[in-house]
Amino acid sequence: MEQIDQIQRQLIEEVADLHTMPEGAYNIRANGKSAARNTTANIDIVTKTDKSGIDIKIKDGTKNESVHIPVVLSESGIKETVYNDFFVGEDCDVTIVAGCGIHNCGTQDSQHDGVHRFFVGKNSKLRYVEKHYGEGDGDGKRILNPVTEVYQEAGSYVDMEMVQIKGVDSTVRTTKAELKEGATLIVHERLMTHGSQTATSVYEVQLNGENSSTDVISRSVAKDDSEQIFEASIVGNTMCSGHAECDAIIMDKAHVVAIPKLDAKNVDAALIHEAAIGKIAGDQLIKLMSLGLTEEEAEEQIINGFLK
Amino acid sequence: MLELNNLKYTVEDNGTEKNIIDGLSLSIPDAKFVVITGPNGGGKSSLAKVIMGIYPLTEGSITFDGEDITNLGITDRAKKGISFAFQQPVHFKGIKVLDLLRIAKGEKLSVAEACEYLSKVGLCARDYINREVNSSLSGGELKRIEIATVLARGTKFAIFDEPEAGIDLWSFQNLIKVFENIRSSINGTILIISHQERILEIADEIVIIEDGKVKKQGAKEEILPEILGTPYAGSACNKLVQEGK
Repeated sequence: MEQIDQIQRQLIEEVADLHTMPEGAYNIRANGKSAARNTTANIDIVTKTDKSGIDIKIKDGTKNESVHIPVVLSESGIKETVYNDFFVGEDCDVTIVAGCGIHNCGTQDSQHDGVHRFFVGKNSKLRYVEKHYGEGDGDGKRILNPVTEVYQEAGSYVDMEMVQIKGVDSTVRTTKAELKEGATLIVHERLMTHGSQTATSVYEVQLNGENSSTDVISRSVAKDDSEQIFEASIVGNTMCSGHAECDAIIMDKAHVVAIPKLDAKNVDAALIHEAAIGKIAGDQLIKLMSLGLTEEEAEEQIINGFLK
Repeated sequence: MLELNNLKYTVEDNGTEKNIIDGLSLSIPDAKFVVITGPNGGGKSSLAKVIMGIYPLTEGSITFDGEDITNLGITDRAKKGISFAFQQPVHFKGIKVLDLLRIAKGEKLSVAEACEYLSKVGLCARDYINREVNSSLSGGELKRIEIATVLARGTKFAIFDEPEAGIDLWSFQNLIKVFENIRSSINGTILIISHQERILEIADEIVIIEDGKVKKQGAKEEILPEILGTPYAGSACNKLVQEGK
């Protein structure tokens, strides 16, 4: 990673668990520029010509391959919107690891808005991991506003893991999905806010094909004066099944809003939502304290487990 | 040795103060298997929680191995060597059985070592080690995991609050075997709150608590015959009735 400095390396480790160059295809973006790229026989990465961003093209039948596309911002004041389109062919089984890390020691805000569109071919399986992370002691804010659109063909399976645990001052995450027959979308969101951070997550899943299904699960912890809003909307347009769950631990003077919405347009649409917001249960703290942990250590264990 | 000196635990009940534990004094010697029994509402579980520091003492003092621990909190008492198995095991989202055993041990614990603790409580370890400690586990499974955490603590004074509560007969039979095994390999003091004759039978000493006071304390051979047929030995009564005695 010759073109990447030490701070950027640390950010990449945080968001993509990468300590060296990954195997397979990758595109590393640092401070608004492409810093490294690799393609494979089955996965091509092409720079867009009409706007900032890349197209990732995965051939039919590609199995057990991965694409890493981490983004790092280490200069204060950078604001960018990047458009990445993922074309996953038919009968694939691939993993895409994205994520953005911001180090802001300056006074100006740093902002990265990633607009990702996924076109997932028939019977393909995709695992998508997206981690957001912020650090730096400057007054400038660290802002991330990801937009994710997922278009799933028949029989496809998408498993999305969205993680934002630390250091992002403001985020609005918008995720939309449309599923054809037999397609499945699983979303696991894990979020922690602290200080005066704000985070909004909006999910809208359209179950258009027969026997399509989705499971949108959010677990979050809101500390200090932070604020979280979680909106999950599942629309059942045919025989389908959908489940949305928001589970939040609220602490200190935080504010958490959960807005589940189910919209069944077919008598065979089976849709469920669950939402629970509450402080850490006293009996959990007592149990762990009875095992020798201090109250603070017990709290940390409970939160770490909850967000695992 | 644990010494409880003139303990009083008072709560407010409809505007009046009620003594749940009322001037209770008791000495529990080292390396003994002691069962506390008595009628419901007599203060047994409250006493267990007072010893662990979960409930605040209103009056009195507690000495453990010669040290006054009256003003210590739960964590400090745990570090001194007191552990507690809850009557209603606590659920955790995201914390796995292995995690909980590692926390309990307080030091590095290999998967093999964790499996040994689970095996000791009659669980097929590999089936459980990576399961979350949540409501997907049955009451009997949670009870045994709860007991396994206390075994992993390896403390010199372990309290079990009604380990038989809320579990089915099948699980209870297994639970008795677990306690018989603990009894045979006793390293420290075991204090169990229980109504069950099968547990009373494996005690070294039995303490009867009623109305927040110690009504009687003595060796099993002395106390058990006296309480057979009394309301707080329900299972013992039932057994005698079934046998036509």
